[in-house]
Amino acid sequence: MTHTALYDIPGPRTRRRHRIYGALTTVAILALLSWFGYLLYDTGQFEAQKWRPFQYKGIQELLLRGLGNTLKAFAYAAVLALVLGAVLAAGRLSEHRPVRWLATLLIEFFRAMPVLVMIFFVFVALKVQPLPALVTGLTLYNGSVLAEVFRTGVGSVDRGQREAAYSLGMRKTQVMSYVLVPQGLRAMLPAIISQLVVALKDTSLGFLITYEEFLHAGKLIAGNLDYDLPFIPVVLVISPIYIGMCMLLSWFANWVAKRQRRNPKVEAAEVARPEPGTVLPGSGTPGGGQA
Amino acid sequence: MDVLTENFSLYGKGLLGTVELTGYASLLALGLGVLMAAFRVAPVGSLRAIGTVWVAVLRNTPLTLLFFAVLLGLPRFGLVLPFTTFAVLALGCYTSAFICEAVRSGINTVPVGQGEAARSLGLTFEQTLGAVIMPQAFRAVIPPIGSTLIALAKNSAIAGSFSVTELLGTYKNLNELGYSIIWSFVWIAVGYLIVTLTISAVFNVLETRWGVPR
Repeated sequence: MTHTALYDIPGPRTRRRHRIYGALTTVAILALLSWFGYLLYDTGQFEAQKWRPFQYKGIQELLLRGLGNTLKAFAYAAVLALVLGAVLAAGRLSEHRPVRWLATLLIEFFRAMPVLVMIFFVFVALKVQPLPALVTGLTLYNGSVLAEVFRTGVGSVDRGQREAAYSLGMRKTQVMSYVLVPQGLRAMLPAIISQLVVALKDTSLGFLITYEEFLHAGKLIAGNLDYDLPFIPVVLVISPIYIGMCMLLSWFANWVAKRQRRNPKVEAAEVARPEPGTVLPGSGTPGGGQA
Repeated sequence: MDVLTENFSLYGKGLLGTVELTGYASLLALGLGVLMAAFRVAPVGSLRAIGTVWVAVLRNTPLTLLFFAVLLGLPRFGLVLPFTTFAVLALGCYTSAFICEAVRSGINTVPVGQGEAARSLGLTFEQTLGAVIMPQAFRAVIPPIGSTLIALAKNSAIAGSFSVTELLGTYKNLNELGYSIIWSFVWIAVGYLIVTLTISAVFNVLETRWGVPR
C-alpha cells in the first residue's frame, strides 16, 4: 500500500487486527451485494420477459445506433473544443490587450456557466437541432477549459527556452510553434485527455434535449410495455458500456501521464487541470478533477 | 428586464431550489467523500478496495446516467421518495468521488515524517490525526474542494430536467407565459453566476485565512 503519515507500519498484533477488520468488511460487502441481488430477484428483474428485447436484432441495432450517435457527438465536440481551446489560448497569450481581455472574458464566462444551460439556450432559444446544440454547448465549455490547459502548458515550459528562441531572432509565432507548443504539448497531454473524458461523459446531456443517443435508446426500450417495462435490465446493460468507455479513456490519460513521468524529454512541469468554475482571474490554483 | 421583475417569485423559487439542492448535496458529498477518503488510506485492504471502486466508478459515470438510474430506477425497488431527495442522492454520491480524491491527496501532502514525529512524541492516533495531520491536510484541500462544490452547483442544473424545482427549469414556465426566451436565459445565467461566485468568494476567504501560503 502507499504509505501515508496517518498510520505506523503495523506490527504482528496490529496486522492480525487488520486481518479481522478486513474479513468483517468483506463479509459486510458480500452481504450487501447479495441483498441487492435478492432485491433484483425479488422484484422480478431477472424474469426472461424483461431480458428478451436484447435478443432482437432491431433493438440491438437501436442500441448500437444510440452508441454511434453518442460517439459522433463526442468526436465533433472533441475536435471543435480542441480548436476553440487553441484559439482562445492564443487570444489569452496575445500581446494586444483588447484581444487578451476578450479571450479572458469568454473563457471565464463559459467556464462559470453550467454546460446544460448553454445547451438548452442553443436548443430552445436559438431553435437549433439537438446534435448541433449539444456539440455547441460541449465545445464552448470544454474549449474554454482546454484553453486554460493550453495556457498553463505553454507557461510551464522553462523560461530559458523562450529567451533562447527570442535571442536566436525568432518571431513570436515561431517561438510559439517551434519551441513552446511542442514542449508544452507533452506536458499537457494527460490533462487534455482527462478533459475529453468530461466531454464524453457530458454527451449524455443530449438525452435531455431529445438527442437520440445511447441513453435515449435505453429509455425507449425501458418504456416498452411488451417486455414488462425492463428498466432495470436496460440500466444494467447500458451503465457498464458507458462507464467502461469513460474508464478506458481515463486509464489512457493515466497511462500517458505515467509514461511521461519516465520520459526525460518532458522537462516542463506537469500541467494540472485548471480549477474549473473559478471566475476570478488569477485565483486559479491547480485543482483536482471535477466534472 | 421585465422578465425578471414580473416573475421575481418564480426566479426566486428556482434560485432557492438550486441553492437548496446544492447545499444538501454538498453536505452529503462532503460526508461521504471524507468517509471514502478514510477508506482509501486505511490500512485494511478491503476498505481500500471499497474506496477505490467507489471513486473509479462514480468518476467515470455520466451524471445524466446516474440521475436516470436513481430517479427512475430506485422506485422500481419500492423506494419512493420525493424527486428532490433522489436528486440530492445522485448529486451527492457523484460529487463525493471528487471530494474523496481531493481529501486523499490533501492527506498525502502531509509528509510521512510528520506522522512519525507525532507518534514518537507519544501522541495517540486521535491526537496525531486531530493535531498534526488534519490541520495540515485541511489547508491543502480548500481550493480543490471549492472547485468541486462549484462544479456541483453547476451540475445541479441537470435535476431541473427530472422535474425538480431549480433555476434552469424556470425557462419552461416563462416560455409558457410567453416571455422572451433569450431574456429568460440571461437571468438564469445571472442566477448561476450569483451561486458560483458566492461559493468561489467563500472559498477565497477560507483560503486566505487558512490556506497554504504561497
